[in-house]
Amino acid sequence: MKVPRCKGMRDLLPDDMVKFRRIEEVFRHCSLKWGYEEVRTPTLEYLHLFTATGTLTPGMLGRVYSFLDWDGWSGERVVLRPEGTIPTVRLYLENLTGVEVSRLSYVGNTFTFEETGKERRERWQCGVELIGTSQPLADVELVLLASEVLGKLGLGPLEVRLSHAGLIKALIGELGLGAAEQTQIFDQVLEGNIKALGEIETEDIDLKRVLALLLDVTGSSPGFLENVRALLGKALPRFEPSLRDLASIAELLGTMDCPYQIDIASGRGFEYYTGVMFQFYISKEQVGGGGRYDDLISLVGGPPIPASGFALYVDQLMDLLILEERPASRILVQSQDGDVTGLNSCFEVARSLREAGYLVALDHGQKAMGDFRWLLSVSGEGLFRLTDQATGGKCELTSEAEIRQVMENSR
Amino acid sequence: MKLALPKGRLLKDTAALLERAGLRPEGYDERSRSYRLKSSGFPDLFFKVFQERDIPIQVAIGNYDLGICGLDWVAELLAKYPSSDLVKVRDLVYGRSDLCVVASGRSGISSLGVINDGFDRVRIVSEYQNLAESFALRQRLRRFSILPIWGAGEVYPPESADLAIIAETAAGNLASYDLVPLARILTSTAFLIANRDGLAKADISELLACLQPFEAETEAETVLPAGGEAKGEKMAEGEEVVRIALPDGHLLKPAAEFLDKAGLNIRGYAGEMGEGGECRESEKATRRPTIDLPGVTIKVIRPQDMPLQVANENFDLAITGQDWLNDHLYRFPSSPVKEILKLGFGKVTVVAVVSKDLPAHDVHGLRDLVIGGLLPTLRVASEYVNIADKYARDNHLERCKIIPTWGASEAFLPEDADLLIENTETGETLARHNLTVIDTIFKSSACLIGHRDTLSHPSKKGRIERIIDVIKKGG
Repeated sequence: MKVPRCKGMRDLLPDDMVKFRRIEEVFRHCSLKWGYEEVRTPTLEYLHLFTATGTLTPGMLGRVYSFLDWDGWSGERVVLRPEGTIPTVRLYLENLTGVEVSRLSYVGNTFTFEETGKERRERWQCGVELIGTSQPLADVELVLLASEVLGKLGLGPLEVRLSHAGLIKALIGELGLGAAEQTQIFDQVLEGNIKALGEIETEDIDLKRVLALLLDVTGSSPGFLENVRALLGKALPRFEPSLRDLASIAELLGTMDCPYQIDIASGRGFEYYTGVMFQFYISKEQVGGGGRYDDLISLVGGPPIPASGFALYVDQLMDLLILEERPASRILVQSQDGDVTGLNSCFEVARSLREAGYLVALDHGQKAMGDFRWLLSVSGEGLFRLTDQATGGKCELTSEAEIRQVMENSR
Repeated sequence: MKLALPKGRLLKDTAALLERAGLRPEGYDERSRSYRLKSSGFPDLFFKVFQERDIPIQVAIGNYDLGICGLDWVAELLAKYPSSDLVKVRDLVYGRSDLCVVASGRSGISSLGVINDGFDRVRIVSEYQNLAESFALRQRLRRFSILPIWGAGEVYPPESADLAIIAETAAGNLASYDLVPLARILTSTAFLIANRDGLAKADISELLACLQPFEAETEAETVLPAGGEAKGEKMAEGEEVVRIALPDGHLLKPAAEFLDKAGLNIRGYAGEMGEGGECRESEKATRRPTIDLPGVTIKVIRPQDMPLQVANENFDLAITGQDWLNDHLYRFPSSPVKEILKLGFGKVTVVAVVSKDLPAHDVHGLRDLVIGGLLPTLRVASEYVNIADKYARDNHLERCKIIPTWGASEAFLPEDADLLIENTETGETLARHNLTVIDTIFKSSACLIGHRDTLSHPSKKGRIERIIDVIKKGG
């Protein structure tokens, strides 16, 4: 009988979990070495934590899993966290504001509804937040950390795409739209349709040229931004701070030999970004993203503290990761007699082999033993018969030390 | 071919539409008590009469091929379930109403723009809770709560809610409650709706062709009344006022008699009531009756809505039924609402009901049918969603599906539900619909409820205790 699984939800099978843990381990190891401390926020948050910022689009908030709690008679809802940054900011505000610069990392799941059920409604992320500094160096640190993690996973060449929320906002501002229209176009951009910007009619010839350049051309050096600057003409002062910020980040990345692309059209996602936005691609698949969100902490209710962060998408990474061979030295221990003394010897030898680092399972009369390289048959008198399933070789042994010796030699 | 037809305000015009189309379902009129109708000219057609609000979901899940109901309830369903199998076929033009966001003229809210700045938390009441939620999100309200209600939304602002989202059928009725329309969410008219699958597979062209609006009448735009100046005296509302909620509907008459007997002099509560007990605008009856006790105000609302309202401290005391108190407490076990007094009138029994044709004499028999696979998914219809949910859980009726209904629930059995959790006074209505009671869940009568903290409120305590004493004597 097949018992159905909830639509849009995913089981992680043993092979998946090996990949999952591998990604998590590499991420935790690297971020710890860069000075990030791990935190974990609860799965449930108040919905108003997310609406309060006024920075998530109605489209996004319309797809969250929200409901009334058992004491929710006030009509205020709770929500399965739809993303990782805002809860981490809440955690920071509640506990860590005394720290000048906080480096926090987390591994967690997020929940967003999507209609077909073919895509995932539960997603896993590895993320970091760097809170308390507004320097371009901080953004560069994040890009370098993400590249290190992805590099160590050995998934193939990484593409870093840079965009800038300040630039996009300035562009929308130049188009001379009404407030409602501006909100609408902004929502479209955030939901991934930045080309909508290019479809707006404008009589400003300079602006048209800049739009065409920014949306259609991908830059790969600070020189590209110089070209934009030259084209902007009289509108330049309104773009200058964002251009300068993006240029210094690009320059630093260049110095660190970290290749990047300036692709303004890649900017999408959360409305709370205020500065640089970065996206990470491997084999055309987006595997992560992040950016600077200097206003978010005050929108959540805290003091004005600058911050930036990124998240890597574990599900996508798992699809790309090629599973290493399972460790070959798995051992299945059988008792020859099945009496108490025999079982005792089995447990005894299994325990000391585990302590020596081997993976040892006890036989429950199973027929298929293909998962195990070694079969170890134990008699009550303390005699061992070891079979190498890879070669068919058999030998009789009298001590645990001999068993280890044989297995070592066969490596 | 199955058609779902509305009770209530759309009935007359819908009957006329069907008449013109030559369908003539026998017994589709306001006085009729039958829910299943046939048309002699069209033996293949089956009609069933529902509360308007139930029709979109019935059509969406495929129980009915076609339905007629207001666009407002279609939009309410689609706001939460955009991918449901519901197709809007045709605007039937009649039954126009505007769904408006309103605030009290006395609240100082003059436009939607000021809402985010003026309130820590915006309280919205509505019968349309899905539309209310998408309104709040679209409006980017930073913090809001949505209190679903069964009706009487117009009486909530400003004390019990900041905004109400209500259907306005005739220009001007907002003004009598001193309400200012801030936005129109949609203009609703009666719609012919269809199930997507039904439309894709079966040829129903003949029916579609005859269900046409009489003429392409284009009604003049209803002009919303302009936001009025604050009129009438400023309400003496505040922390100090003791607020009482009294019930409309079938509890109204006995409650009015009871309070009268107790010696509470309330003016404007029992007056000429509209059909179904709705409080009609008249000289005598109003939704804000007065009482000759200083510092006490009264509102008349639906008994279903009272426990939630008291839990939120919008009222200090309320008269409702134990059935609705239980339904609330099953959903919110730690709710601060408690029963203060049993009042004894309005006696009903909450029962579990099945069709006489179902081979089950008690709940064990019903469970056997579920386990045995005869009812692989038990469909439970009820106005008491939480009582029904708990009953199914307590009796291990798995798998089950709870279908919320909005009245006339006995019509759901046997085609559209298997079990009904319903109240009954005499059992006559149930018997008439070929239904039988298989379990008595509890007996319910009217009770006085209050907030746990109310009785200890330093300045209100004395007045509240006096009122409770007077009411006690009435019993």
